[in-house]
Amino acid sequence: MSTPLERGVDMLKSQVDARVESYFSSCTHCGVCAEACLFYTETHDPRYTPIYKTEPLRKVWQQEYTLWGKLSSSLGLSKPLTEKDLSDWETLVYDGCSMCSRCTMVCPVGVDIAYLIRKVKEGMAAAGFVPEGLQNASKRALEFGSPMGLTSKGLLAAVEQQKKDHGIDIPVDVEGAEYLCMLSSNEVVLYTEFLTAISKIFSAAGVTWTVSSKYFEATNTGVQMGNSGIAAQLLERLVEVATELKIKTVISPECGHAYTTFRWDGANILGRELPFNVVHIMELLDQLRKDGKLKTTGSFDERLTYHDPCNISRRGGVLDQPRDLLNQVAPNFVEMHENMEMNWCCGGGGGVSSNERADPLRLKVFDVKKRQLDELNVTTLVTSCSNCRLMLEEGLEENEMDVEVIGITELIADHLA
Amino acid sequence: MFEQFVNGIFWDIALIVFFVGVIGRLATLFLRSKRIDYSEPRNSGISGAIMANIHGFYPRKEISSRVRIQVIAGYMFHLGFFILLFFAAPHVKFIAEHITGFSYMTIPYWAFIVSAQIAFAGLILLWVHRVLNPVTRLISKRSDHVSSILVFVVMLTGCMALAEASSELRALHRFSVELLMIYFPFSALMHAFMFVPSRAFTGAFLGRRGVKV
Repeated sequence: MSTPLERGVDMLKSQVDARVESYFSSCTHCGVCAEACLFYTETHDPRYTPIYKTEPLRKVWQQEYTLWGKLSSSLGLSKPLTEKDLSDWETLVYDGCSMCSRCTMVCPVGVDIAYLIRKVKEGMAAAGFVPEGLQNASKRALEFGSPMGLTSKGLLAAVEQQKKDHGIDIPVDVEGAEYLCMLSSNEVVLYTEFLTAISKIFSAAGVTWTVSSKYFEATNTGVQMGNSGIAAQLLERLVEVATELKIKTVISPECGHAYTTFRWDGANILGRELPFNVVHIMELLDQLRKDGKLKTTGSFDERLTYHDPCNISRRGGVLDQPRDLLNQVAPNFVEMHENMEMNWCCGGGGGVSSNERADPLRLKVFDVKKRQLDELNVTTLVTSCSNCRLMLEEGLEENEMDVEVIGITELIADHLA
Repeated sequence: MFEQFVNGIFWDIALIVFFVGVIGRLATLFLRSKRIDYSEPRNSGISGAIMANIHGFYPRKEISSRVRIQVIAGYMFHLGFFILLFFAAPHVKFIAEHITGFSYMTIPYWAFIVSAQIAFAGLILLWVHRVLNPVTRLISKRSDHVSSILVFVVMLTGCMALAEASSELRALHRFSVELLMIYFPFSALMHAFMFVPSRAFTGAFLGRRGVKV
């Protein structure tokens, strides 16, 4: 029976691939990545330097995969990774990194630090060094189907409520529909206007779609905590329901990491191609607009700006579609000073939002977003990720800022022709 | 005796260690390249890899004002060093005699002095920044410091051997170069080769997702 440390080290060893090798071999420790990280710029604590957060993996790589490292460790000249190291790095990796990958964009030698952090998390998770909030969310996701503990009954109750409040019939378990729309628990419980909005839009555009009562959750706590085993289990549930319902395209809702998980990482986690296409709701709405199926009328005249969710923009490549949609209905849309692939994170990505321990730090690093908004003097902030939306609302409230946060989908739905 | 050692067996050892080490390190990338990306690409990964290698040569405007020292000192050192390495008259002569078999343009003496001063200033500035800045001080490894010192010694002995006034000084310079060559494959100096695949991996990864690198 191996110890937690041995499991962690073994997992870290298994994470070393060509990219890891090239990244650690080319890093000159220049410190440029720190200047792109909101956890560093807002705290000036050098421990939040992005490349420093990857230290457990670097240490294992050096000692296990380099000649000099092997020699040093066999002569006792370098210290092996310890449980204390993992314990110390747990807060850096899970509290002090939202995996926004802004650091990746500025590295002079091209190190994808977010990729390395994801691998560090695999080692942390294998050794059991995961924040309680994330562990519990993961347990609930596996047991009930969602990290908030929301079951299918909760979804069906929300569907019923939509009918009662808005007279809208949400299609449930419709076999052969064009699209299967996944939802984050936030959208079922907190931002139910998303459900109302997509129903109105799809009805107007003549799109057939469905939600699944068997498995509806878009978020993936396995990805957030860095446990590919759990991530794969949750993904298999999606594959199962999509296959059963004969779905060709799955819609990733307004949720950042759900999009990168479904669209980009999911197939690699499962080790095979997914049996369906994946589109983000922004991509679909923009395509419907281009096809002439989504027509809008009137305009939203408030001064507003768009917050790029990191996983959708910088990590997902959905950059122009939200802007094209906004330009259709919002004449007073202005860009933040740093936007698109160089946006600043809301602070709650990468599972930070599910980690209550990180709340004070998360609210502290929100200062950068506050400065961005103060520069623009906007009354409305629009985004396309419900997790960002929640983090933005909390940050705005903490800073007593009078800015309303809304999702693009509902903004479009409010202006349907 | 020392000159004979430096110009003979030690040079051969340094050359073998350098080439075998560098090629071996690069070969491990191919050996560990086992991942297939099963996701359907949006754009070309190859163009992303190429663009990342080009764009990596200048800082993004969003952070350029915050990293001026690293960028300016970095360029000073690298440009000065490469001009010296490839265009200083004694180096061109050495390359013609031992590698290419033909000679090419050399820089005049004044350009050698200017390049050396720029390279020294850049290297010293980078090292001072590494030691004084809280971020770089925390993240720097022993290898970063050893590499800086070795390169400094190579440049210093090179200047001392200038004009080939003394064969002992020239041997000292060559000895320091050989030490650097032996250390190179096992150190942070490998970034001189590894930055290309590193940028390419990330560029391809983001490029196929449709993100401009």
